[in-house]
Amino acid sequence: MIQPAQPELVTVFIDGQEIAVPKGTNVIEAARMVGTDVPHYCYHPKLSIAGNCRMCLIELGMPMTDRATREPIMDEATGKQKINWIPRPQIGCGTTVAPGMHVKTQSPMVKECREGVMEFLLINHPLDCPICDQAGECKLQEQATGYGRGYSRFIEQKNVKPKRTRLGPRVTLDDERCVLCSRCIRFTQEVAKDDVLGFVDRGSYSTLTCYPGKELENNYSLNTVDICPVGALTSTDFRFKMRVWFLKQTNSICPESSVGVNTVVWSREGVIYRITPRRNDEVNDTWMPDSGRVLYKEVQAENRLQPTGDPASDLLATATRLLQGGAVAVVGSGRSSLEEQFLTAKLARQLHAATFVVGRTGAGDGILISADRNPNTRGALVTGLISEVPGDLAALGREIDAGKVKTVVSVGEDLSAAGLTAEQLAKVAIVYLGSHANATSAAAQVVFPTLTVFEKSGSFINQQFRLQKFASAVPGLTGATDDRVVLDQLVTAVGGESAGSDLVSVWRELAAGIPGLADLTYAKIPDTGLLLADDTWSQLTFPEGESLHHQPAAAETTA
Amino acid sequence: MSFKTVERKPLSFAERTYVPQILGGLKTTFKKMVKPNETLEYPEARPTIPPGYRGVPTLVKDPNGREKCVSCQLCEFVCPPKAIRIKPGEIPADDPTAHVEKAPQEFDIDMLRCIYCGLCQEVCPEEAIWLQNVFSLSGYTREEMVNNKAKLYELGGTLPDDHYKWDKKKAAEEAGNGGH
Amino acid sequence: MIELYLSLPIWVQASLKGLIAIGLIIPIAGACSLAERKISAWIQGRPGPNRARAWGLGYIPILGPILQRLGVFHLMADGAKFVFKEDVVPGHVNKFYYYLAPLVALVPSLCTIVVVPFGAYFDAATETLKPLILADVDVGILAVFAIGSLSVYSLILAGWASNSKYPFLGGVRASAQLISYELSMTLSVIPVFLWVNAPGPEATLSLFAVVESQSQPGFWGGMWFVFLMPLCAFVFLVSLFAETNRQPFDMPESEADLVGGFHTEYGEFKWSIFFVAEYAHMTIGSGVFVLLFLGGWNPLPWVPLEPLIAGLPVWLGGLIGASVFLGKTFFFIFLFMWVRWTLPRFRYDQVMKLGWQKLLPIAIANVIFYALAIALIERA
Ligand code: SF4
Ligand code: SF4
Ligand code: SF4
Ligand code: SF4
Ligand code: FES
Repeated sequence: MIQPAQPELVTVFIDGQEIAVPKGTNVIEAARMVGTDVPHYCYHPKLSIAGNCRMCLIELGMPMTDRATREPIMDEATGKQKINWIPRPQIGCGTTVAPGMHVKTQSPMVKECREGVMEFLLINHPLDCPICDQAGECKLQEQATGYGRGYSRFIEQKNVKPKRTRLGPRVTLDDERCVLCSRCIRFTQEVAKDDVLGFVDRGSYSTLTCYPGKELENNYSLNTVDICPVGALTSTDFRFKMRVWFLKQTNSICPESSVGVNTVVWSREGVIYRITPRRNDEVNDTWMPDSGRVLYKEVQAENRLQPTGDPASDLLATATRLLQGGAVAVVGSGRSSLEEQFLTAKLARQLHAATFVVGRTGAGDGILISADRNPNTRGALVTGLISEVPGDLAALGREIDAGKVKTVVSVGEDLSAAGLTAEQLAKVAIVYLGSHANATSAAAQVVFPTLTVFEKSGSFINQQFRLQKFASAVPGLTGATDDRVVLDQLVTAVGGESAGSDLVSVWRELAAGIPGLADLTYAKIPDTGLLLADDTWSQLTFPEGESLHHQPAAAETTA
Repeated sequence: MSFKTVERKPLSFAERTYVPQILGGLKTTFKKMVKPNETLEYPEARPTIPPGYRGVPTLVKDPNGREKCVSCQLCEFVCPPKAIRIKPGEIPADDPTAHVEKAPQEFDIDMLRCIYCGLCQEVCPEEAIWLQNVFSLSGYTREEMVNNKAKLYELGGTLPDDHYKWDKKKAAEEAGNGGH
Repeated sequence: MIELYLSLPIWVQASLKGLIAIGLIIPIAGACSLAERKISAWIQGRPGPNRARAWGLGYIPILGPILQRLGVFHLMADGAKFVFKEDVVPGHVNKFYYYLAPLVALVPSLCTIVVVPFGAYFDAATETLKPLILADVDVGILAVFAIGSLSVYSLILAGWASNSKYPFLGGVRASAQLISYELSMTLSVIPVFLWVNAPGPEATLSLFAVVESQSQPGFWGGMWFVFLMPLCAFVFLVSLFAETNRQPFDMPESEADLVGGFHTEYGEFKWSIFFVAEYAHMTIGSGVFVLLFLGGWNPLPWVPLEPLIAGLPVWLGGLIGASVFLGKTFFFIFLFMWVRWTLPRFRYDQVMKLGWQKLLPIAIANVIFYALAIALIERA
């Protein structure tokens, strides 16, 4: 595994507390390391520093030296070097640490600065909290609790700015709430590379707006909503749906592509309301594409496979009869979790069946959507389900035509969408495990309704060979069964040995059976994932191009 | 010293027979018996409801007929027995109060859960939910005991408004920044 | 009427008398239970039962609402409820004695009422006052005591047959308490009969004779015994409270520590029989007290009934006599209830101490005193 380079450290004193921080860190981050929060609006760790909100003001001092001799000037009383405090406060976001630097984050002057900034910010701020979607996760609210005056001295008319403005297909803007931090502008410039936002007018009339004739419509537009410290930018989809304080947060992984964006799924009482990115500096920083945020709608989609009402034992009996007839092919999926792929492979071994995985590619956007749209292609390799980069099912089609395959087990893959014709499907008996209806489920003899990624737990291996886990955010559809359970039942039904279908048991088998995963358990996988060794597959060519934090192996070698 | 020794007078003979005390007691109870009774014979007689009484929580409209609740869901959050259920919604753009943006689509208070604590009224930033003078609720089913939005407004009626916050807001929006 | 009655076979006469006894006791008990509820309500500042309204009666103008306010329909509803309630018998009881106990409670009350005169009428033929009584037997008070004290068996039986600890404790307490106070009670009436009876073969224990002796002319002759023997009256009254298990002596029930005492395991009609018996006991006890100490049917001290009704028709005179007597009795029933809502319940040891260490010595001293006094007076 790759060791990160040891950064050069600098010793600073935050409120008298000594700490060594990597060189180049700013004061806000250094204070965070000692557990002190320096309030800020415009600073964002993944964006350039603008320093325009002035909320992060702190007092700064350097050890005193004699100008002429460069000798340290000592304090007689304490026996330590005297500190030369800068009389004016400095911004914490724009100040990079220097050796011996002293910082005061809690002094009366700092507090007064914060209160002053807050009072100015609130002068024209509307009394919108009851109808503002940001309430509950609003930085302005939080800081108002700490540094607000509690009443307003401003008796004049507040500024009026556009409200309920459509900024793009997915983003609605309320300009009155904007604190002019410019995070959104910097994001569109620096990360999304779609420079459409900007301020017009001056002073307190400054207004955020789109470039005339343009819209904020890139596939990363909703990140502006995430980083907006206030409720100015809101998600049109989530708008007025639910208060954030009711929502339960579950760590998950976006199944959109092999990037494996880390996400948080926000749900209440079994209903998912939104998905937001989760910071992972090795994968997605703090971003995620808009297209991944709507995937939760699958959970309550119209075409969700409903339980048929047949007893599960009947389904299992029919499936077992088909499987024991011999001439079986197993189509696994790059969308299944690592655990499911492992059980799929186990089932195939038990049946001596050929295995296939459907490859799924699209154009990568170079940021957080890769060309491989299977979130877990690497998992299929690691579990031994396949040994090649998956393609289409032409080989399976040929075998069906030749009459060599009588029964096909499909784990969530639509065989007709993957290239098999209706005649070919008609020639075989199909056992289908899946969460949504499609042509294959319609043609199948046995259908097991299973769960979506939001309803089950498991892990994916992304394009970097990073093992990342996701947890079930909402309870599964009534009557649908976890894929792991179904696969395990099938393995047992055809005479295989079951070690249990729960995560702990499956991982015991995984750790024992797969060299790269030895000594691992599900619980041991860190929240930010675990990088696995990828040497075994270094000669394969994967479809991914370059994206955030990922260089394709080929590109690396050429570089 | 935190205690005091009380001198006890020895009981007289009459006291030791208990007879005077018993007669005294009989006198007291007899007086009580001939006094008019204290019971308020509900439902024919109704108590006078003092101001500030915490009856059934209701939703109110302002004197202009605008529904005051903006479905901020603070009451739902604060309600200790989780009696309140709100489905927030957006006010349609052609509504005269469209500038308020948000109003409840559904608002249910389960009166089998409500403990009449008044926290919802206390927390409401829009002064939209009030525990008024209705104190008697009954129903034959659990569903009947859930007050929906229509019922809540029916019970609540209109209350005077001190602020007209949203009307002022609309006036300011229409006037724009011209005043400066 | 009388002739017709006397011409009936003896068993028909007996049955009629029995029916009269039942017909008297049950309504009185019912009225008592209603009175108890009303009086307790008034003392506590409540209106008491006043909601129930029977379909027919309740809609009569003026009378209907009055009856409703008085709670009369509650009484009916209660009665009906007791009859129609499911008859629950706990599995652990001794069935035979369990069923027997309420009967044993009721029968003595029904029997004693037979020997208690509840009025008097002027018999024009003999020119004398005759008691209104079902069975004018000479043993009078002795019969009352003898039969009345049988009712303790019902409590013991109920307590024992219930086969559970609270009723058992209730039964034990009942037997101890009744036995203790019976002594004082009996002793307290001896002076009365010493006074009533001149020595000689004509001696009687008839209650009618006691009233007669309070209706004599002259200062001593017309004096009610409550003035003549206040201590006797007091001891008798206190013992009466204890004997009827009324507060503050209701040890056998004592719901605060014994749930329901001896009737914990009883419900519906069986339970109501216990209560009929208790109220009957109370009624008879009050009646006996009135006869012994308060001049029976004489309206006022030194104002005997006889001259007042001598010229009136028999039925009217009888009615007046009975009314006066019943009026006094009802006052005592009221007193029972009044005391119940005034005094707190004694502790069991206090009850025992009071009975044996206070009341009994007083009663004995009293007997000795009056015996000597009467002997001296007779001698003189
Ligand atoms: S942005 Fe924050 S402070 Fe402003 S209205 Fe929204 S929640 Fe309230
Ligand atoms: S809209 Fe939000 S992110 Fe953009 S400048 Fe205003 S406050 Fe900052
Ligand atoms: S009643 Fe008040 S607190 Fe409750 S949702 Fe409506 S505005 Fe918010
Ligand atoms: S009164 Fe209390 S319990 Fe009832 S709805 Fe309001 S907050 Fe909930
Ligand atoms: S965070 Fe430093 S100026 Fe805004």
